[in-house]
Amino acid sequence: MHAFTQLNGLVVPLDRANVDTDAIIPKQFLKSIKRSGFGPNAFDEWRYLDHGEPGMDNSHRKINPDFVLNQPRYQGASILLARENFGCGSSREHAPWALEDYGFRVIIAPSFADIFFNNCFKNGMLPIVLSADDVDTLFKETEAAEGYQLNVDLSAQAITTQSGKTFKFDVDAFRKHCLLNGLDDIGLTMQHQDAIKTFEAKHKLAQPWLFN
Amino acid sequence: MSAKTLYDKLFDSHVVTEENGTALIYIDRHLVHEVTSPQAFEGLRLAGRKPWRKDSIVATADHNTPTNGWEKGLDGIADPISRIQIETLDSNIKEFGAKAYFPFMDKGQGIVHVMGPEQGATLPGMTVVCGDSHTSTHGAFGALAHGIGTSEVEHVMATQCLVQKKSKSMLVRVDGKLGGGVTAKDVALAIIGKIGTAGGTGYAIEFGGSVIRAFSMEGRMTLCNMAIEAGARAGMVAVDDATINYVKGRPYAPKAEQWDAAVSYWRTLVSDDDAQFDATVVLNGDDIQPQVTWGTSPEMVVGINGVVPDPAKEEDATKKGSMERALQYMGLEANTPMSAINIDKVFIGSCTNSRIEDLRAAANVAKGKKIATNVKLALVVPGSGLVKAQAEAEGLDQVFKDAGFEWREPGCSMCLAMNADRLEPGERCASTSNRNFEGRQGLGGRTHLVSPEMAAAAAIAGHFVDVRTFATK
Ligand code: SF4
Repeated sequence: MHAFTQLNGLVVPLDRANVDTDAIIPKQFLKSIKRSGFGPNAFDEWRYLDHGEPGMDNSHRKINPDFVLNQPRYQGASILLARENFGCGSSREHAPWALEDYGFRVIIAPSFADIFFNNCFKNGMLPIVLSADDVDTLFKETEAAEGYQLNVDLSAQAITTQSGKTFKFDVDAFRKHCLLNGLDDIGLTMQHQDAIKTFEAKHKLAQPWLFN
Repeated sequence: MSAKTLYDKLFDSHVVTEENGTALIYIDRHLVHEVTSPQAFEGLRLAGRKPWRKDSIVATADHNTPTNGWEKGLDGIADPISRIQIETLDSNIKEFGAKAYFPFMDKGQGIVHVMGPEQGATLPGMTVVCGDSHTSTHGAFGALAHGIGTSEVEHVMATQCLVQKKSKSMLVRVDGKLGGGVTAKDVALAIIGKIGTAGGTGYAIEFGGSVIRAFSMEGRMTLCNMAIEAGARAGMVAVDDATINYVKGRPYAPKAEQWDAAVSYWRTLVSDDDAQFDATVVLNGDDIQPQVTWGTSPEMVVGINGVVPDPAKEEDATKKGSMERALQYMGLEANTPMSAINIDKVFIGSCTNSRIEDLRAAANVAKGKKIATNVKLALVVPGSGLVKAQAEAEGLDQVFKDAGFEWREPGCSMCLAMNADRLEPGERCASTSNRNFEGRQGLGGRTHLVSPEMAAAAAIAGHFVDVRTFATK
């Protein structure tokens, strides 16, 4: 996993609540057995006017000019601003894969669905929860000023606007540590191999039917 | 020792290590399907790792599998990429091993959340994971069941553990008694309507109260299945006689003297009387009507006697915007009575409502009737090969076919429309599945979530109808 320390990035506002993982990456793209290449199909049904299928040449498809990600001023955005319960729905990790492949490294919202939130960290992305009021402020500022950027600093747990306003955010200490250092979860857990073996032996003695 | 909730008991008994509130919990059962596993197996392969305990793995193909044309075997899978994914699961299981595997067309094949319990691969007291959000279904057995992402699938395969922080606990109690024609699906939708799709975020929900105690295991699975739609990662129901009777004699359930030891442990899997929950929500079962969703989120739901809500009356601007967008997508006008909404298709199936009891209930409504002429397609897709065989033994397939329904092979089918079963743009569907998101059942498709009885009644009437009065006509 790549590390995340800090980022200066263009912000794109996606003004919808309850954006679900079916919207982030529609099911037909889940047929891939790979982990990469989902970016061109992120938000496929909103981004394009025709129906997308895996393997299509997306450069020839009809773009939906009304969809915010397609607006010229937001090209190259790496910070996604969203509303509550972002990422609800299925556990598909294809959703964070698609967002990451598209170029997002940070998502800011008042709340996230649990599995999606978790999946982001596994892919070097930082989901940030701010209060609904703060998110609202950011929406207004982003929409008002073309080229609106934010600075996101994970070690300081702070988002800073270009005018110098700062928003602090919370992040779980363990996740922060993993993200800052780009640590692989499996490698970390393997350091507890002996504890797992000890637990397993005890567990087997108590509930042998689990090991049939 | 202070009083514990069921969730405390399940969580605490699986903690391997814990540091600053982040725990490594041991996983007993790992259910695997074709869509979320290929990248995990590939990860193992690249790192030269093997599954920690392959006997914890039980696998099946469900999401991509076609529901007809099985006589052609793998060649019946029209979509070459779907076929590759199904074949990839075959080869991965062959390479890495599993306790049990129900491949495409095997008689035990089925939706992973139907297959696990019916095989006895899901047992009380277990931690169960699967790369699928509806893993919450298995909590019906007094198990701790989590949906996980693909990185976590790989993590569990490699280490038998999951990194977890303990959630807060919520008790959702449904008191009183349900009226006739009101089902676990209606209770699930009524709960989500009340607390919202994010109402359970950060919580593990235990469902209790007289209504839940009276549910069969099928009903409890329907309810726990939809815990994720309320935002909760896990839903669960305490163990009682219904749990134990269901598990008894299943292929992977404990036998002989192990059975007795297991049962006496399972009996402890209830919340202590004085256990404290972080939140409690109470509903009265007597007040719950058959539910129908009107929008593009499961919380956008009303009773069958209700009307499509009016965004003009909503004060919260974000909510109002969502409502307007939903009505536009759904092609509905505010204040339309739900019973005036005509449908084009019907889908009876999915891990929410494709078990034998669901099919019996739907068949009971459809018996001796015909689907309405405006209904282009009414699909019945059993949850597994075993459910299908049981239904056929009871003659339910014939009841459905006589009424004009199509009787299909098991799988996820039009719940997510990854195979060939889907809605066309603008088509409206009465569906027993769990998600009415935009495009879920096909690009531009309009989904209304209902119980199997309500779906069958809608198929016959051609529009939504109150099954409580309809069935007696
Ligand atoms: S039936 Fe639907 S919700 Fe259930 S596992 Fe299959 S796709 Fe997911």
